[in-house]
Amino acid sequence: MNKYFERLYNGVVKENPTLILMLGMCPTLAVSTRAMNGIGMGLSTTAVLILSNVVISLLRKLIPDEVRLPAYIVVVASLVTVTELLIEAYLPSLYDALGIYIPLIVVNCIILGRAEAYANKHTPGLSLMDGLGMGLGFTLALTLAGLIREVLGNGTAFGAQVLPAGLEPIGIFVQPPGAFLVIAFIIAVMNAIGIKTRQRKLVEEVGCDGNCAGCASRCEKAEEEPAPAQPTATEGGSAE
Amino acid sequence: MKSLIMIIIGGALINNVVLNQFLGICSFLGVSKQMKASASLGAAVIFVMTIASAVASLLYDFVLAPLGLDFMKTIVFILVIAALVQIVEMFLKKTAPAIYKALGIYLPLITTNCAVLGVALTNVQDGYNFIQSVLSGFGTAVGYTLAIVLLASIRSRIREEDIPAPLRGAPIVLISAALMSIAFMGFSGLSF
Repeated sequence: MNKYFERLYNGVVKENPTLILMLGMCPTLAVSTRAMNGIGMGLSTTAVLILSNVVISLLRKLIPDEVRLPAYIVVVASLVTVTELLIEAYLPSLYDALGIYIPLIVVNCIILGRAEAYANKHTPGLSLMDGLGMGLGFTLALTLAGLIREVLGNGTAFGAQVLPAGLEPIGIFVQPPGAFLVIAFIIAVMNAIGIKTRQRKLVEEVGCDGNCAGCASRCEKAEEEPAPAQPTATEGGSAE
Repeated sequence: MKSLIMIIIGGALINNVVLNQFLGICSFLGVSKQMKASASLGAAVIFVMTIASAVASLLYDFVLAPLGLDFMKTIVFILVIAALVQIVEMFLKKTAPAIYKALGIYLPLITTNCAVLGVALTNVQDGYNFIQSVLSGFGTAVGYTLAIVLLASIRSRIREEDIPAPLRGAPIVLISAALMSIAFMGFSGLSF
């Protein structure tokens, strides 16, 4: 049972997909205008991630290696379509708030990254917990960013007024530039208070040249290396 | 005619795909380390996004919509984009090796670029016809190229500056992007 909880801890804290691995930045930046949107987007992605991890893990012996990426994409896209239709039917206000970013869960690097790096080598049970952990870590990061932006830019938290009414909120924080600023400072604070070595290397590799699946597998390999002192030092060519 | 020009300008400047809609952030942050790579990726994106918009628009108008398969659009578009990138790559390799060499490894990366799928879906959502879709794809891609080339040139300056330790790496790049985004907000006043 222990290794199942280890997966959860790994996803939420140790390898938080957004804050540590810097995957899935598009939705993080785009929908974090409100804390509630962050939760909605986070949980939708979590649902897709859990299901895709389980399905891909079940199919891992059937899918030929050469066509695995297209196969994963089809699995993920089907699950996203189902999720989209469900949200549209039961949560229309969330559907309007998230808009185009719901179908775009398909290209969320976290999902393809976890399929490639974890689900295709592990049992369905472990993959489920990995998806849950990663999804919750993503939700947490999105909600945190959403909360900061909502408080600073709108004076509210989860829709309730928190700043004194006389205080003018800083509108820029709910505008696009605020997204970049808030994430930048969250990472800067994390840099300042520790967890440096491993994360430092990874952060410099932001986006890993756009190839997220490759990036995630690289990170995974780095993690499995015996010496955690210099992960990804030789891989990924992060030379700036 | 005026509205067609407006679609290009809207896609490139007013609703900049990276700085305003946050699509394609992965490659925007990842590739902008090097100027040359950014320009190549930008060119590849312009190429693929224009073609992908055209194909997606045709597929939607003549296959998906008449058959009532509207809900399949996400799956169909992502597969079409993936296949298209492959075909474009093979085609360029045979017919135009010079261009292929310049775009190099950046072509396959575009499959995972959410901006391409994003534009295809937005075009359908906005009810654009074929010509409008192509122009919107082209305009958006030009906006992407503009943003990534600008960020690459900013980063080449940043590299020589003395930045406070916690801000080094990703944070300073995101802050630069924030300032660019503020600048691009100025375009929202643009209208004809």
